[in-house]
Amino acid sequence: MADAVHATRGRARFKELPGRPSIEHTTLDAAAIGEIVRDVGLWQRAMAHTPLRRGLVLIALGILWEVYARFADNPLMFPSLSDTLVAWTTDISSGVLLSAVGNSVRVLLIGYGTAVLLAAVLTTLAISTRIGTDLLATLTAMFNPLPAIAILPLALLWFGLGLESLIFVIVHSVLWAVSLNAFTGFLSVSQTQRMVGRNYGLGGLRMVLSILIPAAFPSILAGLKIGWAFAWRTLIAAELVFGVSGSSAGLGWYIFQNRNALETAHVFAGLFTVIVIGLIVEGVVFRSIEAATIRRWGMQN
Amino acid sequence: MALAMMREPIETEAQQAVTPLLSVRDVTLQYQTRRQIVTATYRVSFDVRRQDRFILLGPSGCGKSTLLKGIGGFLTPVEGEISLAGKRVTGPGADRMMVFQEFDQLLPWQTVLGNVMFPMRKTGRFPRSEWRDRAMRAVEKVGLAKFADSHPHTLSGGMKQRVAIARALAMEPEILLMDEPFAALDALTRRRMQDELLELWNDIRFTLVFVTHSIQEAIVIGSRIVVLTPHPGQIRAELDATPFKQENAGSEDFMAFNRKINGMLFGEEKIAHG
Repeated sequence: MADAVHATRGRARFKELPGRPSIEHTTLDAAAIGEIVRDVGLWQRAMAHTPLRRGLVLIALGILWEVYARFADNPLMFPSLSDTLVAWTTDISSGVLLSAVGNSVRVLLIGYGTAVLLAAVLTTLAISTRIGTDLLATLTAMFNPLPAIAILPLALLWFGLGLESLIFVIVHSVLWAVSLNAFTGFLSVSQTQRMVGRNYGLGGLRMVLSILIPAAFPSILAGLKIGWAFAWRTLIAAELVFGVSGSSAGLGWYIFQNRNALETAHVFAGLFTVIVIGLIVEGVVFRSIEAATIRRWGMQN
Repeated sequence: MALAMMREPIETEAQQAVTPLLSVRDVTLQYQTRRQIVTATYRVSFDVRRQDRFILLGPSGCGKSTLLKGIGGFLTPVEGEISLAGKRVTGPGADRMMVFQEFDQLLPWQTVLGNVMFPMRKTGRFPRSEWRDRAMRAVEKVGLAKFADSHPHTLSGGMKQRVAIARALAMEPEILLMDEPFAALDALTRRRMQDELLELWNDIRFTLVFVTHSIQEAIVIGSRIVVLTPHPGQIRAELDATPFKQENAGSEDFMAFNRKINGMLFGEEKIAHG
């Protein structure tokens, strides 16, 4: 190494740069430098708080709404935020809206839960057998692009006007999105982690439960979120079509009824409720699942 | 100290000579890519005795990692036989614990302690009441007691590898298989990890099969070195490395030994440049 010239295979001799004398410095004592660590200011700390920032965005949007609605001055077409809130609180206190929400959420949870269970079976099958993979790939390719509303007439024919039809279309809209995401997640689990599992003699269902599901959890959770949104859309749309029967008075029916009565503020209140529930589920349920799992595990920043 | 119960009973020379712990006989391993079937090793034979620090050394493409996967049971030989303590290896099992090169071998959803306990939980190897203690002792052994409740993503690369080693050792495997465990570490950490591994071995006297492409690492860590040549992997030599230690790395003997291996791997004419 002292020699400045090295030889490399088959090429010109490697010429090292001319050496320069070494220099040594003495470092200062930390105390002599003074302040090394400083707390960030209150404003910066507040701005680092995500819920606070998101809240500010919401408030800004609300103000924009109110200002525009007052400017447009057409409560039949575009009621203001305050009108909507009044309609909302009236219907909440009268219990109309709450029972509509209750009905919708119940149907939603049944459909969603069924779909997730089916997706679990389907993807487990797909990950453990080749024919299962083919089955899942074909089914998702066929049915994922098919809008749930398109099969609603068929569902009505098969199951009649009622809970079963609603659940059927919700399952259809959730199942493929969740399966596809979970399966993609399973496929992207690192080879090392699979070998770690096999090293301990894991295989089949035990492998899926102990290694694949946690390792693929970011994708699975993304699928569950998408599925949740799809379920809502499908449910509200289906209830709007159902409207006439009114056998299960859900949120869609509430919106439909109020539109017929030209109670636009109440229509907005219905939509507002869907949004609020969406925000709660996203901001509270999914966020806490994320915080307790993938963020804690360092799989998401 | 803490893991003292892991210590193998010291066998007599005669016993050792009769029963190798791991025996690899004329093993040909092949793996399949999308286009072709590649022969990774061709009729490789060697014996690993208890407490050996057995090194598989060679350039990339010599099939050393494939060989280790074969011992681990992840690959089945197309020819020959691998047996551990007289029993033929037919699949992966927790009697051969693997430590991989990749940091992601730790399960991100488990804490350090959880990771070390994971194989015990899954194999039910020890009574449930002992899991936590055994795991904790192994974690202490690699100097990570303070981080027992941390998740892997908060650890440095060297610490992750220590956890992986603790996880493997806590299972008290017949044999510890390490696949270039320090290759992804920086040079300083790597050097420290080598020393620590030797200290651990000195303490517990486990049997180690260690894959590396670094001659220096092979000599420092190994008690016995198998030198493999590439395409397909065949054994060029099986060398005794017991006289060579980190402390005498600058000595003439050490350098000569290094040059000798270098010559085997790259041909005699390249020695001067290696």
